[in-house]
Order: sequence, then structure tokens, then C-alpha cells
Amino acid sequence: MYRYDEFDQAFVQERTAQFADQVRRRLSGELSEDEFKPLRLMNGLYLQLHAYMLRVAIPYGTLNSRQMRKLAHIARTYDKGYGHFTTRQNIQFNWPSLKDTPRILEELAEVEMHAIQTSGNCIRNVTADHFAGAAADEIADPRPYAEILRQWSSLHPEFSFLPRKFKVAITGAPHDRAAVQVHDIGLQLARNEAGEIGFVVFVGGGLGRTPMIGRKVRDFLPEEDLLAYSEAILRVYNRYGRRDNKYKARIKILVHETGLEDLKADIEAEFEKIRFGILRLPDAEVRRIATYFAPPQLDPRAGTSAKVETRKATDPAFARFVAHNLNPHRVPGYTSVTLSMKPIGGIPGDATDAQMDVIANLAEGYAFDEIRISHEQNVILPHVALDDLPEIFDVLVKTGMAEGNAGLITDIIACPGMDYCALATARSIPVAQRISERFGAPERQSDIGELKIKISGCINACGHHHVGHIGILGLEKKGEEFYQITLGGSADEQSSIGEIIGRGFSSDEVVDAIETLVDTYLKLRSSKDETFLDVYRRLGEDPFKEALYGAE
Amino acid sequence: MKVITANRLIDGEVVFQGPEGTWVELIGEARVLADKDEIAAALALGAQAVAARLIVEPYEIDVIETDGRLEPARFREKIRAAGPTTHPALGKQARETA
Repeated sequence: MYRYDEFDQAFVQERTAQFADQVRRRLSGELSEDEFKPLRLMNGLYLQLHAYMLRVAIPYGTLNSRQMRKLAHIARTYDKGYGHFTTRQNIQFNWPSLKDTPRILEELAEVEMHAIQTSGNCIRNVTADHFAGAAADEIADPRPYAEILRQWSSLHPEFSFLPRKFKVAITGAPHDRAAVQVHDIGLQLARNEAGEIGFVVFVGGGLGRTPMIGRKVRDFLPEEDLLAYSEAILRVYNRYGRRDNKYKARIKILVHETGLEDLKADIEAEFEKIRFGILRLPDAEVRRIATYFAPPQLDPRAGTSAKVETRKATDPAFARFVAHNLNPHRVPGYTSVTLSMKPIGGIPGDATDAQMDVIANLAEGYAFDEIRISHEQNVILPHVALDDLPEIFDVLVKTGMAEGNAGLITDIIACPGMDYCALATARSIPVAQRISERFGAPERQSDIGELKIKISGCINACGHHHVGHIGILGLEKKGEEFYQITLGGSADEQSSIGEIIGRGFSSDEVVDAIETLVDTYLKLRSSKDETFLDVYRRLGEDPFKEALYGAE
Repeated sequence: MKVITANRLIDGEVVFQGPEGTWVELIGEARVLADKDEIAAALALGAQAVAARLIVEPYEIDVIETDGRLEPARFREKIRAAGPTTHPALGKQARETA
């Protein structure tokens, strides 16, 4: 994986020292809260309902065991023994004190981590497919490009005060697991007829209060133009993006208000000015960065494992885990394993310090020291020999990460909601927990099949509800929590925004409503292979609406 | 009935204005304000506490008394006063049952 060079290390250490001084000046009174707040936000430190919250960047969701152990140490030493993996592949600590944050950042810098650009109107952590570098269907590993974008966007002087935050996602496979079409810039790796690598480029996707699917602005952007073209997009956005209204400031609004063709013309004009300049990517530099992401030496093994087959025959929980939590690896005899951070009735994305240590041990012992965080709030061991699965599973069972539910109805994305977040209008986590309990029976969730439920506790949509097959948005109505349901969202290569199905439900009613929708799907599906989303797309909202509200 | 709440600067802990401009961690110890003048005076004390670097972002909240116990009227503030509903062992709620 990527290793800091001297420049990176010096940069992060300088920034840590700078923030330590800013905290000192705040506590001594040299800085007012108004002066300090933007500085702490630039270092990922928010003030939430109960305490400060520190959001630590995990670039493209990749980390090693040493880094994971450091996160465990921070959770144990400076927090309350747990952290929360986010929908942007980062981790949040919910209880650090202001006086401890300089020390936390120092400790993070020791393992090449930081909290820079995890907040504020800048280019945020670039996210990527969590199976990058391992997936059988991959054209190329997207992470070298994500790293190049990270280096380009880190403290970019021109783009540190954008109209609003800016999110980039990249996937290296035709099947999009990184939700690229709902990002400000979405990049999908592709090969042209000559076999050269390039990118399909989407601009102006996003969720929040005005959800939009990104519009394609390039069918094939050559690799060497990645930075110049990104810079051109950002320049056009920085110049024309609205600054008069925070809610209309994202690039998606600019795309919508300007019109795609005009905006494309603006981007292309800017691109022409700079494409042969300093931002043209030298091939040697791309290859140099790519060496950091060189896959481990994996000698091909038998495509099936007798150990796995034997265990499957006698252990239904293991069989379910194998059925749902493995992703095909490009090397025979290996697999990518999803460790479920969605135990039945548990809190989506939360990991205790002990669990983080176990993940680090497993990565070191069985997975070539590589760990990924998925935007679906799970943890991935990307390179695992099939023969090692029974031993890994035994450890996961003991530590609460063995639920065979990846991609199923209990693998719910949920934002922190009103249990933590100062912006929330309702709770998310308890709804996720109740749905998980309702559908948690193994046979039942296996029978329901692929179904993505995503829950947000406010209109800002951190829980990605717009792109849930079933989306749930928590609002406040007359002082009570109230949940609006959307159907038909999706965040893959056929992205779609869910449609509001009708009037919302109280907290007491919402889980029953979800069950009605699921039962309706089960009655309507033509076979077990037809997923919830397939049925919704085939039949539309009417049968679901009628099931929820009766014939109106 | 209202009380003044804020977060403590140094660690972010939720606090309430107690007697004589002190800042207490439990809402049961908060000073209850009955009228506009009291609220204005309490907010002035809050502004002083901000200047003195004790707290940030003080504001008034509605409270109700249930079975002799003071609690916030709004759900959001109930959660602030107690802790995350998903972690009964964390936050102020854990102390009260201890």
C-alpha cells in the first residue's frame, strides 16, 4: 500500500504541530470560537450533541494492521472504546476531548494517518471500490489514481475554499461498488479499443436535499489527462458554483442550472488551456505510484477448498457466510472476505477497540496485512486463501463479526442520526437495529435475498437513503420522529434515485411498514433470482403503495 | 420553564447553567428560569462564560417537570441530556443509574 514519502510525512507532522498550537491558543483565549471553529473543522474535529467528534481519513478505505491497531489504541485511550466506520470509508470517534486531539493527531501521524480534509468546503477523502486490487471483474486497481488525486487535492491552494464540499469516487470494475454516480466527480476505469486505460467521467451526482445522478461528461478520458481534466472541472465549479445559498452550492446544482452541454463546453475550454501543462500525468509517475499498490505475491491455488466444503456441509452459519460474504478474487483459490459490522440488532459500522485489534491480527495472519473499509460500513480482508476461511470464521464468531449478511436486508447503512449528530432530525440507528432484529432469522434474510436498506436521520442523506432499494429518511413532525420511505434507489452502474412512496410513518409503525413492503415483494417475485429492486423496476410503485396504504 | 445549556469547551461535555452562573453536568441541577428577564440575565452569564473559555454555544431550551424530575421538552435535548439511546452505558444516563 502507499507509503508516505518525506514530503508527505513532513506535511502531516507540520499540520499536526500547527493544530496543536491552534488548540493551545484557543484554550488560552488567543483565538475565539468563531476563529477556531473553521480551523478545527479543517482537521476533522466537529462538535456534536454530546461531545467533540473526530473524523479520521482512511484514503480510499485502505489500511494495514499497524494503522488499525492505532485506531484501536485511540478508541481505548482517548475515546470510549469504539469507533464508527462511515459511508465515506472513514472512521469517526465520538467522544474525544479538545485537549486530547493534538495528541491523537500525533499518534495518527506516527502511522501515516490524519484528519485533514475530512470536513470543510474542500475536496474530501477520495473513495474507491473496497475490493480494489482484488476483484475478479476489475479492469485495473483504481487506488493508484485515487492516490494521485489525493496528492493533487491535498491543500490545493485554489480549491481550499470551494463553494461547498466536493467528493470524488473511483471504481476499477464495470460493476460499480463505489457509488461513483452519486459523487461530485465519479470515475469509472475503462479500456479503449487500443487497450489503454482511461476513465468514464461523471459530474454532478450527489445526495442530500437535492439528489441527482451524475451526468456523463466523458466516455473516455485518457489516463494522462486525469489531473488536468479534474482541475478543469474544479475551476469551472469554483468560478461558477453558487456561493449565495449553501443549499444550492454543490456542483450538481451548477450542472442542473447551467445545462450539461454548456457546462461541458466550459470544462473542455478550461481543459484545453491546461492539458499540456504541468498537470499532464507522466506515465512513469503513474507506474511509480502503482508500485505502492502492487498486489501481494499470490500463487494460484485450487479453485475450491476441501476444508471449506467440509465445513459448509456441517455448519449452516459458515455456509451462509461463504454464500454471502465472499467476493470473487482475480487469483484462483483466493477470495475477498467481508467482515460484517452489522451483527443482528447491532449498530451498523461500530467497532470496539477489541474488534479492531482482532481485525488487525487477522489481516496480519491471513490477509497480507491489508484491510479495507467499505462505504457500506463493513470491513474487508481483500486477499484471503479459501483454505483459511474456517479459521478466520471461528475468530469472527467469537468476536461478533461473523454474520453472513453482506448485501442482505440486515446489512443496513445508517448514519449516526440523532443519537450523536447535531444536524439530525430523527434517530437512524435504533430503526436499523429494529429492522435487523425483525428480519434477523438466517433463513428469512437468505430467502429475501439482495436488499439494500439505507437510513438517514436528516435530509443531508449521510445514510444514502436516496439510493437504498428501500430508503428511510428520519424527520421530525410535531416533535415526534417520523420516517419517510423511498423505493427503487440504487447506487451501482445503473444508479437511480428512490421515489417517495407516500405519507411517512411513526417510529412505532416504520418497521411494520418495511415488513409489508418485503412481504409484498416476496409475493410478487417471479423467482428467487428476481431481487426486490428487479421487482420494483418491473412493476413500479403501485403494488407496494397499495400494500402500504390500501387502494386509495 | 427554561434552562440554559451549552457544551464545555475543553471536552465538549453537555452542561447546564446552575446556580450563580456555575455550569453543571446534570440537568437536575440546572437553574430553572421562569421569565424573560431571568432568561436574558442567564444568557448574559452564558456570554461571559464563553468569553472566559468555559463553554461554547449557549442557548435556552424548554424543560418540563415529570414526577419531580426536570427534563427537556424536545426529544433532541432529551438525548443531549442523557446520552445516545443506543448506548445506555455511555453518557450521563450511565451515571444516573450508577
